[in-house]
Formats: sequence, C-alpha cells, structure tokens
Amino acid sequence: MNFTILPFLLSLALSQRLYKFSKNNQLNQWVKPLNYARYFTGFLLVVEIILSASNTIRWFWHLFLIGLLLFANQQKEMRPLRMFLLAFAPYAAVALLSDLAEIILNDFYVQWNNYFKNAGLLSIIWLLAILFSQHRQYKAAEKERIKRQQEDEINRAIAARKVELEGLVEERTAELKNQKEELEHALHELKATQNQLIQSEKMASLGELTAGIAHEIQNPLNFVNNFSEINSELIDELKEELEKGDKESVAEIANDIKGNEQKIMQHGKRAESIVKGMLLHSRGKSGEKELTDINALCDEYLRLSYHGFRAKDKSFNASFELETEENLPKIKVVPQEIGRVLLNLINNAFYAVNEKQKSGISDYKPRVVVHTEQKNNKIEIKVQDNGNGIPRSLKDKIFQPFFTTKSTGQGTGLGLSISYDIIANGHNGDIRVESKEKQGTGFTIILPLEI
Amino acid sequence: MNILVVDDEKDIQPLFMQRFRREIKNGEINFKFAYSGEEALGAMQNYLHEAVLILSDINMPGMSGLELLERIKQKNHTPPPHVMMITAYGDKENFEKAMELGADDFLTKPVDFKSLKEKIKAFGI
Repeated sequence: MNFTILPFLLSLALSQRLYKFSKNNQLNQWVKPLNYARYFTGFLLVVEIILSASNTIRWFWHLFLIGLLLFANQQKEMRPLRMFLLAFAPYAAVALLSDLAEIILNDFYVQWNNYFKNAGLLSIIWLLAILFSQHRQYKAAEKERIKRQQEDEINRAIAARKVELEGLVEERTAELKNQKEELEHALHELKATQNQLIQSEKMASLGELTAGIAHEIQNPLNFVNNFSEINSELIDELKEELEKGDKESVAEIANDIKGNEQKIMQHGKRAESIVKGMLLHSRGKSGEKELTDINALCDEYLRLSYHGFRAKDKSFNASFELETEENLPKIKVVPQEIGRVLLNLINNAFYAVNEKQKSGISDYKPRVVVHTEQKNNKIEIKVQDNGNGIPRSLKDKIFQPFFTTKSTGQGTGLGLSISYDIIANGHNGDIRVESKEKQGTGFTIILPLEI
Repeated sequence: MNILVVDDEKDIQPLFMQRFRREIKNGEINFKFAYSGEEALGAMQNYLHEAVLILSDINMPGMSGLELLERIKQKNHTPPPHVMMITAYGDKENFEKAMELGADDFLTKPVDFKSLKEKIKAFGI
C-alpha cells in the first residue's frame, strides 16, 4: 500500500499545482488538459485499487509523473515552477530506476536494495524539504504580493483621488478667477458710481441753492436798479434846482445822490459776493485753504439755505438766527468745503423743523440757530434746530454713507458722511451731534485755530 | 394816508422814502416801516387807526407775510386795513393763498413803482 498511495499523492499534487498555475496565469490552452490530468490520477488510483495491480499500474504512475515533469519543464511560461519540478525529479528518477533495476537486474537490485530504499527515502526527504521551503517562499511571496496589491490599490486610489482633486482645484480656480473678475468689475463700477454720487450730491445741494441764490441776487439787484433810477431822477431835479439857483436844495439832492450811490455799490457788492460763493461751492476740490471769516460764511449759507427752502416749499416758514462771537479769529480753511458742510447741516435743520411743523403740532415755532464761539484754541460752530430729534437707534448711523431717512430721490444719504470727511480728514476737526427726541438736534463743528 | 411797509430788507426804507419823496413832501403819504411780521403787528397796535396799507414781503424769516395778512384780516382790526402783498415769488399758489386770506392786491418784485403809486391812489380816496 505504501507504494501505491505515494505516487498517487505526488501525481495529484503535481497535476493540481500545474492546473492551478495555468489557471492563475491564463495559460488557457493547458487548463483543460491539466484538469483531465487531475482526474486521471484519481482514475489510476481507482484502477489500482480495484485491480489490485499495483505492480502494473506503478509504471503508469512513473510515466505519468515523468511526462508531467517533462511537459512542464518544456513550457517557457512555467519557468517559475522550476524549483517545484526539481523537487519531484529525483523521486521520479529514483522510483523509475529502482523499479527498472528490480525487473531487469534483479540480483543487482536485491544486492543494492538498501541503497535503492535509501535513495527513495532521500528523494522523498528532498521533495518534502523543497516543497516546504517552496511553500514558505510562496507564503512570503504571497504576503508580499498581497501587500503590494494593497499598496497598488491605495496608490491607484490616491492617483484617482489626485486626478479628481486636480479637476476640482481647476474648477474652483476657474470659479474664483471668474468671481475675482466679477468683483473687480463691480468694484470698478462702484467706484465710478461713488464718484458720480459725490458729484450729484454736490449738484443736488447746488440745485437746492439755486433758488435761494436767485432770490438772494434778485433783492440786491432790485435795489441797484431802484436806487439807480432814483439817482437818474434826482440828477434831473438837481439840474432844475441849479437853474433856480437854490444852493441848499442842490446840496441836499447831491447828498441823496451820494447816499444812493453808496447803496448801489453796497448791493452790487452783495450780489457779487453771492455769485462768488456760488462759484466757490460748485468748484471742485481744487480749493485751497485760506484765512476765512467763519461768521460771514455762516451768515451767507444760513441765508442761502433758508431762501432755498422757501423757494422750494411755499408753505415753509421758520425763524432763524445767527449768534456770532464778534471777535472770532479768522482761520485757514477751504471756504467752499466748510460752506458745503454748513449748508448741509443747516439744510438738515430746516428740513427737521419743517417736518415737525407739517405734523401739525399747535403752538410750534420752527427755529434754527447757528452759533459761533471760540473755546480755547478751537472754534465751535453749532447748528441747532428744535425739530423732532434723531431717534437713539439711528444716531450711530447718520454719518454712514448712503444712510438717509428721506424718501427715495429726496436725499443721497451722502451729505453727513461727506461733511464728516471734510471736517475730520480735511480740517483735522470733529463733528458732534446731540439730539433729544421731540426737542431737537444740535450739530457742532469743531475746528482747531491752527489747522 | 398812513402806510406801513413790512419787509426784512432794511434798505426798503430809504428806497420808499425817495421813491415817494414828492408824496411825502406834500404830506400825502406818511410811511412807517417794520422789518418783520412780529414788528408789524406791534406797530399796528400802536398806530392802529393810521395803518392803511401794508406792503408785505411774503418771504420773511419768522412770521411770514401770509401769516401777517391772516392775522390782520381775521383777528385784529375793524375795519381791516387794505393789505397789498409783494413777493419775489409770483407763483399761482402764493397768489391764491393771499387772495383767499383777503389780500387786496398782489404784486411781484421788482416793484413797478408807477403802478404801485396808481394803486395807492386808488385805495386812498
């Protein structure tokens, strides 16, 4: 039995290994035959057991085993199995030789029987040793292969992720670039709009002024015309009196003419200064700092603002007063800019009292006071109204650009923010606001004597 | 005839005094001047029977000409004096408001003194 089971096991192991190898390495043409070879070992075993003819069958085993070894050895693709084949070769050779010797040289075989047996044993030990080492190597290689496969898989995943990420980054970059361009465009537009708004705010306050200015110019012009007409009449009378020789009347009329002449000049100058003020106001930032009489500036803009309001709103009425400190020193400012701030604050004050009056409070006397005063090394200009005041919740917002409580189209919301900019940044000063709800608001411009 | 002239322009006084110098010399017209609505009301209390004609600028700081007109026409005086309104803004709204409040006439600046004199003569009879 010993001899019968061993060839079977070895043949089965070899054919099984070859079959597996072919299958794993896609040696398709050998898969089927080697599968049959596997079955064939089983078939041989069955035949051997049934016929109990191990003496005959063992030759089949030899041929089969050697055939398989030779076949595998010839296949280039099966090179990796060399060591495996080498493990079987000694056994196959020894088994064949020993059986051949037993038949052909029986005496020799009997005499050397021990040697044959030892050789058989050695070949089996060899086989087992090689298979064992092969198995270990295979295990190690398999481990290595699995590890490499895992690494490959990880690397592949990383590569795929990388490609995906690169795509994403590219996409995001394009998006960001688009956004950046859009933002730049928007910024550019905003800047242009801002400039336009600042310009239109300037023009709007100028527009509010024009009616006031027209009124302010009309009055002195009327005086100029009237006194000039009177003088012309008086000169005729003067001639008459000269002819009569009434020296006293002549002197009297001459005095009147002179007095009128002074009135003409005075009102002419008044008109001139209004026009100048208007030109200053409309002129841009080119204005330079010059010694300016703040009281005169307040007077001018208070009147302009008042008449502007009167011209715009026929029902508007308010009393206004200028309380000046008489010996207020002149200071170096850009007059048209400070004028703009004054106009703004005074316009707001008139607007506030007008709104309160419209709400129909009985006995309400709208009143705006502009007050100038020197305090230490500073000049304070206070514009006080007795309107409805600024609600506490809005107090922090009034200097923000575009903040307005007026309805659309009525205010740009830039007046106070531009004013603050002019005073704080342009003149190193400050604007403060005090307001009591229902009682009124006071804006104080603080300008240092030395700017 | 006593005429109260109300205007916030102070030079209205020398102007009227010279424009009407003949009438003043002849004693036909006697002028008083007030520079605000409040002042005009005060003047009218002091010179009630003398105030016959008021030339009032509608646009004045404080009490407006229209307010003054209203007070004169509806509250203070019997018989109420003639009130002639003079304004730089000769718009319809002002005109209608003045007429509604009982103004006797409505002139726009610059004043045409010839026609003003004629109107005053027409009142004065």
